[in-house]
Amino acid sequence: MQPVEQTNLFFRQRRWSSLLGFVLIGLLSLGSAWLTEFDSVRAVTSFLKALNWLFTRFHPTVESLAKLPKIGEKMAETILMAITATMMAAGISMVLAIIGSQTTRVNSFFGTISRGLASVLRNVPVIGWALILQFSFGQGMITGLLALLFGTTGYLTRAFIETIDGSSDSSVEALRASGANYLHVIRHAVLPSSLPQMMSWILYMIETNVRDATLVGILTGSGIGFLFELYYKGSYYNHASLIVLVIILVVIGIETLSNQIRRIIL
Amino acid sequence: MELLEIRDVSKIYNRQTVALSNISLNVGEGEFVSIIGPSGAGKSTLLRCINRMIDPSSGAVFFQQNRIDQLPKKKLRQVRTQIGMVFQHYNLVNRLTVFENVLHGRLGYKSTLAGVLGYYDSFERRAAYEILAALGLQEQVFKRCDQLSGGQKQRVGIARALLQRPKMLLCDEPIASLDPSSSKIIMDHLQRISREMKITCLVNLHQVDVAIKYSDRIIGIRNGEVVFDGPPAQITPLIIEQIYGTEAHELILSLETLQPGQKSPVKQSEVAHAAC
Ligand SMILES: Nc1ncnc2c1ncn2[C@@H]1O[C@H](COP(=O)(O)OP(=O)(O)OP(=O)(O)O)[C@@H](O)[C@H]1O
Ligand SMILES: [Mg+2]
Repeated sequence: MQPVEQTNLFFRQRRWSSLLGFVLIGLLSLGSAWLTEFDSVRAVTSFLKALNWLFTRFHPTVESLAKLPKIGEKMAETILMAITATMMAAGISMVLAIIGSQTTRVNSFFGTISRGLASVLRNVPVIGWALILQFSFGQGMITGLLALLFGTTGYLTRAFIETIDGSSDSSVEALRASGANYLHVIRHAVLPSSLPQMMSWILYMIETNVRDATLVGILTGSGIGFLFELYYKGSYYNHASLIVLVIILVVIGIETLSNQIRRIIL
Repeated sequence: MELLEIRDVSKIYNRQTVALSNISLNVGEGEFVSIIGPSGAGKSTLLRCINRMIDPSSGAVFFQQNRIDQLPKKKLRQVRTQIGMVFQHYNLVNRLTVFENVLHGRLGYKSTLAGVLGYYDSFERRAAYEILAALGLQEQVFKRCDQLSGGQKQRVGIARALLQRPKMLLCDEPIASLDPSSSKIIMDHLQRISREMKITCLVNLHQVDVAIKYSDRIIGIRNGEVVFDGPPAQITPLIIEQIYGTEAHELILSLETLQPGQKSPVKQSEVAHAAC
């Protein structure tokens, strides 16, 4: 067969299979809507109702501003928790990633163990960890911190492994060939090539964890999440809405800041 | 005794791919040896069996009386300091400066602590600078490696290897990613290193004409076996065909001008492409 015909055939088959994909996805969504008795008319009307409620009841007032110092304190606590969890996770992930990476692993046994551990940590959502850990640690800061730590360690280990394998493979070979030992290679080839990228992942995880920490806080009764729940359950919607506003501002602020840092280090 | 002695070395990957079968050769001090052969012949594997970046499956490798294939880890590190390696893709730490990359050549001599702290004494730093200057890189010393051209990067790679004060250099296709003029600069440096510093050079090459021009001796490898071992003067179209098989056709065309026994500069680019 001519190459041109071959590629034509290839693309024709491609088109057919993507069309088939669309049809399947369409059928699936229809089917699941029917199964869950999803009513699109009702969905729209209740969404409008919710919007209405937001605008009439859920907004900060002058009195709620008096709660700002308290909210600020809890927010700071939450941010600190997110940063602490991330930094601890970064330390552990660094070790796990060095052991788990194809380029720097000590042997395949520990490599598999490390990657397996990271995969388990990563595949349970942070909320899941919070629920599980509550059984042993009860409600409180520690549970929230550990939940974030677990999830973040799983995620960062994976990211760090890819960073190491992607950026230091060839220089590792060169240093080993010159007689450098394992720690020399880590220090002079692996770290310089991967640290900036790793820092970028850490910043990203801090952003994510500030958001997640508020959610986890609702569950474990700590930080800003706890305060939110307190006000919300007590129908102090104005105070609660102020908290949401503060969270949004803080998250945006942290994202901007970390983008700035990223621009400098990368 | 020779500097390097390879005796009956074989390498079988994953119990099925025979990359080297019963290779034996001796290489003397200061020799400039090119290893040529088609893609997949086992050139890279052979070089890496010498410094044990790859463990041979059987056979013995002697370097300065040390039986490399049986050395314990610590002793192996010591022997590796005596063998510099130069790579096709330079294998530098791109985010570090030229100077730092060259100093990496000293790590093999250091204790764990001194190495991890990156402690280099003034002799080492002076030597690094002098080697860079000798390779024409004095302007680039404090530049980051990702700002260099390919030819400059390869010179940094050579400087790093030289700072090891090696007895031998293993070069795995050092000019395969370079344009003809950078290639010439690199090959001239390697030749000078072997002649003036008496450092043995083992160079994998794709370009037959370059091998003929620069080598004291050429080793032709095909399917993991040595099919030719002799001075460049003995290379004939017939021998090229023995080494490269069917690939050889174009190579021979471009070598037509070459009479046996004469080191003639053949148009480099043509041959480079034919051999790739
Ligand atoms: N890590 C590996 N695992 C399995 N097989 C390998 C490995 N490395 C090389 N081989 C095989 O061994 C043979 C020799 O490979 P080698 O890289 O030594 O060839 P080469 O002569 O250097 O080729 P090239 O000129 O393309 O660099 C090839 O068949 C290759 O597929
Ligand atoms: Mg090769």
